[in-house]
Amino acid sequence: MISAGIDIGAKTVKTVLLEDGKILGKGLVPAGLDTVASTKQTLKRALAAAGLTVEKVEGFMATGTGRKSCPFTDAEITEVGAAAKGINHVLESCRAVIDVGAEEGRAVRCDAKGKVIDFAFNEKCAAGAGTFAEGMARALEIPLEELGPLSLKARQAVPMNAQCAVFAESEVVTLIHNKTPREDIARAVLDAIASRIISMVRKVGFEKDVALIGGMALNPGFVESMKRGLEMDVHVPEDPEYIGALGAALAAAEQTT
Amino acid sequence: MIANYGYKNGSGDFFIAIDTDKCDGCGDCVSACPNNVFVVGEDPNDPLRDEPVAMVGEEHRKKLKYTCAPCKPDRDRSALACVAACKPLAISHSW
Amino acid sequence: MTDKKEFWRWKEYRWHDETMDWKNADIISTGVDIGSVSSQAVILVDGKLYAFSNQRTGSDSPESANQAINWAMENTGMTLDDIHYSVGTGYGRVNVPFADKAITEIACHARGGNFMYGPSVRTILDMGGQDCKAIRCDEKGKVEAFLMNDKCAAGTGRGMEVFADLLSVPIEEVGELSLSVEEEPEPVSSTCVVFAKSEASALLREGWPKHKVLAAYCAAMAHRIVTLLERIDVQRDFAITGGIAKNSGVVKRLEKELGLEALKSTYDSQIAGALGGALFARALETKRRKS
Repeated sequence: MISAGIDIGAKTVKTVLLEDGKILGKGLVPAGLDTVASTKQTLKRALAAAGLTVEKVEGFMATGTGRKSCPFTDAEITEVGAAAKGINHVLESCRAVIDVGAEEGRAVRCDAKGKVIDFAFNEKCAAGAGTFAEGMARALEIPLEELGPLSLKARQAVPMNAQCAVFAESEVVTLIHNKTPREDIARAVLDAIASRIISMVRKVGFEKDVALIGGMALNPGFVESMKRGLEMDVHVPEDPEYIGALGAALAAAEQTT
Repeated sequence: MIANYGYKNGSGDFFIAIDTDKCDGCGDCVSACPNNVFVVGEDPNDPLRDEPVAMVGEEHRKKLKYTCAPCKPDRDRSALACVAACKPLAISHSW
Repeated sequence: MTDKKEFWRWKEYRWHDETMDWKNADIISTGVDIGSVSSQAVILVDGKLYAFSNQRTGSDSPESANQAINWAMENTGMTLDDIHYSVGTGYGRVNVPFADKAITEIACHARGGNFMYGPSVRTILDMGGQDCKAIRCDEKGKVEAFLMNDKCAAGTGRGMEVFADLLSVPIEEVGELSLSVEEEPEPVSSTCVVFAKSEASALLREGWPKHKVLAAYCAAMAHRIVTLLERIDVQRDFAITGGIAKNSGVVKRLEKELGLEALKSTYDSQIAGALGGALFARALETKRRKS
């Protein structure tokens, strides 16, 4: 059977189409103002990529912050559950999955079957998620995509004192004025987010393998910051931003059979 | 004086409260805390007090949620080390 | 090219009492409050308010402190040598070059609030540029309980500046404008300033007028401060100091939610910390002379 998992996040909507554990198609669209429209559009994209029509999809499941407003289904799975399920499918040895999206960060401890054992999250505060990086990239006057690569050129760890994203923006400006190398600032920004996420990871406890998913996993500098902070290797699966949607698609398949 | 160190942000209240009238400045909390959150010294908020008092160190005040996280497992929570160590019962956590 | 207007910018100013003569004074004491956003200097002549200045803090704290005191002394004929005792307070308190002692803004606000609002004041809420302090004190202005939130921009002047800039409304007009709504809108749901800003942008795109968006934000800010105050147990009389005290949009909504009216003062709400510092300076100078 073919199932669809839809992850309605704060900044982007993702859809994964799945058949017998194999991904047929994917779609990603910015959430925008009208999430219902964006959600419809992402499904359309995934269907086009898979060469399918919507009638072929037998089960739907929504996840993400906006999961309650999914136009296709009332069936939903929490982000925590979807992350554990999704990562288990691509990396069975994973025992801790760290999901850092635009507005939330979470750490989930799971077992060999992808069942959630414990979790913790940062929410409602921009300091512990991708938005923080976005604000600091703006202060550095570079696109968000360049923040990670830039940080990899850093030669020293500069401390950042501000915890709040608003205050940190002023701090970044001050650092620029003080002629601190921009790559060092970029690293400081990513280290700061990583340290907050890592405290959540330490709270739930972790053993290997550790995986990083969500939009921030696409940032190579952030991945390095996480490795440094955790003092261990961190796996980044292919298409890390789709793992939540994949988990939802798996849950939809389980539910229908 | 009830000295509340910490903050409130979008995700909640994260304060360590120290009752300076109860605190005798013994420093047991300083050695008990695995993350060196506490310091003992002159009370900066009471210029007229002569006895030393326990405080949350300046560098920890803005990230208590994170610093204290390892001491706060969700399940099987044992008493927090700082609270357990304080004989005059001057320390409490808001979360 | 047009200049980018700075909607967050507020007016800097100074004042001194021209009817007073300081030359025969017994004790001249000063308090200098170096905040993260604004700095004030207050000069007391035998315990009476003689002069003050209020300006934006520069990137260099010692220089800001010198500027603040020099500006307060401008056209008075007074120099630093005439001052007997100086107290530094605020975020940059240890960087006041001429200070005899540094005292926290918590202690200074309680003392300054007690002078400005009288001995009946029990709860002082100070809403500054980058922090928010709630202080409960006794009739002598001694602190009984306090909390300070300087970690998060929500509920601070900086948070309000972000909104003034977003909506292109001069910061001094935010309060009045927000009160011009016919009906109170739902408060903005996010506490975090960054998330609240995205929420506000969405509301603007939906066609909400500026004053309605501001009302939604002022209400959210007031609510946040009320929940913060619960921790220290608000008792009357209640007073508000700091820059946000000048924002009627937040103050009116705060008073309504607390069911308490804030005391009015003839003094500028932003000088409370520096004034408290100057009062401590006077007490400490008296003590020094006795010993």
